[in-house]
Amino acid sequence: MKILVAVKRVIDYNVQIRVKEDNSGVVTENVKMSTNPPDDNAIEEAVKIKEAGKAKEVVAVSVGEEKAQETVRKALAVGADRGILVKVDGVIEPLAVSKILKKIVEKEKPDLVFMGKQAIDDDCNQTGQMLAALLNWPQATFASKIEVKEKSLEVTREVDEGLETIEVKVPAIVTCDLRLNEPRYASLPNIMKAKKKPIEQVSAGDLGVDVKSRIEQIKVEEPPKRKAGIKVASVEELVQKLKNEAKVI
Amino acid sequence: MSVLLIAEHNNKEVKPFTLNAISAASQINEDVHVLVIGSNSEEVAKSISQVPNVKKVINVNNPIYENYLAENYTSVIIKLSGNYSHIICSANTFGKNLMPRVAALLDVSQISDITKVISEDTFQRPIYAGNAFATVKSNDKIKCVTIRPTSFEPAPTSGGSAEIQNGDAAEATEITKFIKKEEIKSDRPELGTARVVVSGGRGMQSGENFKLITAVADKLNAAIGASRAAVDAGYITNDHQVGQTGKVVVPDLYIAVGISGAIQHLAGMKESKVIVAINKDGEAPIFSVADYGLEADLFDALPKFLEELNKLNTIQK
Repeated sequence: MKILVAVKRVIDYNVQIRVKEDNSGVVTENVKMSTNPPDDNAIEEAVKIKEAGKAKEVVAVSVGEEKAQETVRKALAVGADRGILVKVDGVIEPLAVSKILKKIVEKEKPDLVFMGKQAIDDDCNQTGQMLAALLNWPQATFASKIEVKEKSLEVTREVDEGLETIEVKVPAIVTCDLRLNEPRYASLPNIMKAKKKPIEQVSAGDLGVDVKSRIEQIKVEEPPKRKAGIKVASVEELVQKLKNEAKVI
Repeated sequence: MSVLLIAEHNNKEVKPFTLNAISAASQINEDVHVLVIGSNSEEVAKSISQVPNVKKVINVNNPIYENYLAENYTSVIIKLSGNYSHIICSANTFGKNLMPRVAALLDVSQISDITKVISEDTFQRPIYAGNAFATVKSNDKIKCVTIRPTSFEPAPTSGGSAEIQNGDAAEATEITKFIKKEEIKSDRPELGTARVVVSGGRGMQSGENFKLITAVADKLNAAIGASRAAVDAGYITNDHQVGQTGKVVVPDLYIAVGISGAIQHLAGMKESKVIVAINKDGEAPIFSVADYGLEADLFDALPKFLEELNKLNTIQK
């Protein structure tokens, strides 16, 4: 089997983001960037399946600006065999990303496509499902366990009520939840080795995909600030405040 | 043109967030049609027809829809989509799974998880785990929108009498098969809709210690939540997780115990009306959003809290 893993470069999850003064977006200059966290789970799972002898090749792909190469490189350091960077400038919507990934799938012919369930920047949670629709492949979203069978996957999904298990025929799309696995850190030798692994670069234009935004972003604002709270000195005071001041118990 | 709202249900009853989504849908356009895809789901269709904001219910009944699969639902929705200006559902795991599949086939750029309807094509939605809010306008002919349930009041469930119409099934998918669902049953209020939520974090140190949370939750008739750290550590199951990638809750009272307050957790609870933080680390970020912070060891504070609650003559339910 061959597994394609899509990874996205986003503002690091520990960074407290700032809204631009002109309300046109979020400040991304001089901010620490990392791989979207559940994408790390996706790459980890693909590499584990390869290590278990059930996949022959793992290809990492990212859609983004030139610097997204670092994100692809990190996937290579963790164990992907080669990388693809589809260059686009500026913000790109999940619909366009899924059209780009469809082109890559048609060329690479993977059996499985893995990615994180959601990117933590735009919080859209769309790309995997959209790609599955465009390819008419099955989708297993929010995966917390994947069992590779002969020509199918049995996937346990995290849903609101608990856990759901479905079987999807290969080829299939899986979007990964954070509890799927524990992503490894790349070792120094593997980071060095990754520098020699090939990353093919193409542009969205080369693939013939229109990446123009369909959604107009009118403004981005800070959320309303909560008014500062107080510290209480004791449990007694806390209960008294909740009863008599906040009147919630 | 009308709005098509996709109902979430278990063939017996409608799931509560569908009612919140109906409220949002009726803010977009008053002509709300609800699509119920199921098997022997007549009762669900009937109950939705009594929601006053609903103008029509389309019930697609077929054994192939015994269990919800996005692949199956999508084919039905696509067949109906030509009559509608908007397709809408709740932004929980049900709708997040479904709507992008529909949107992609309609070549529509979806708008996820809206918290406010500004006009029929313009919406507000949180980005970066709720650390910013974007106002966005859709230029697509059909608008595919998912609704953050906790940002809209649930629609009333009686007083209406919408027409119920039977709809046609589509071809059953052969690429995906439902195997099982392990639902965790509880007598407590649901996390997403509870008036009070008591949550534990890594500070609880073990699953066993969650009994301290349970005791307080019992007293307050509260739902039990957890941080991602507590879920990852195996103290409690994933259906309790509150946060950017878990559930978003907006209770009247949220009590965070032993939770440091990572950005991703705050995203799931910081809109709560009153927030209490109990943590022994006075510098923990959770205190920055707490209305009442108690810097204390939770293993002393929780039993004492329960004791004080027991002293009260009355407790709101």
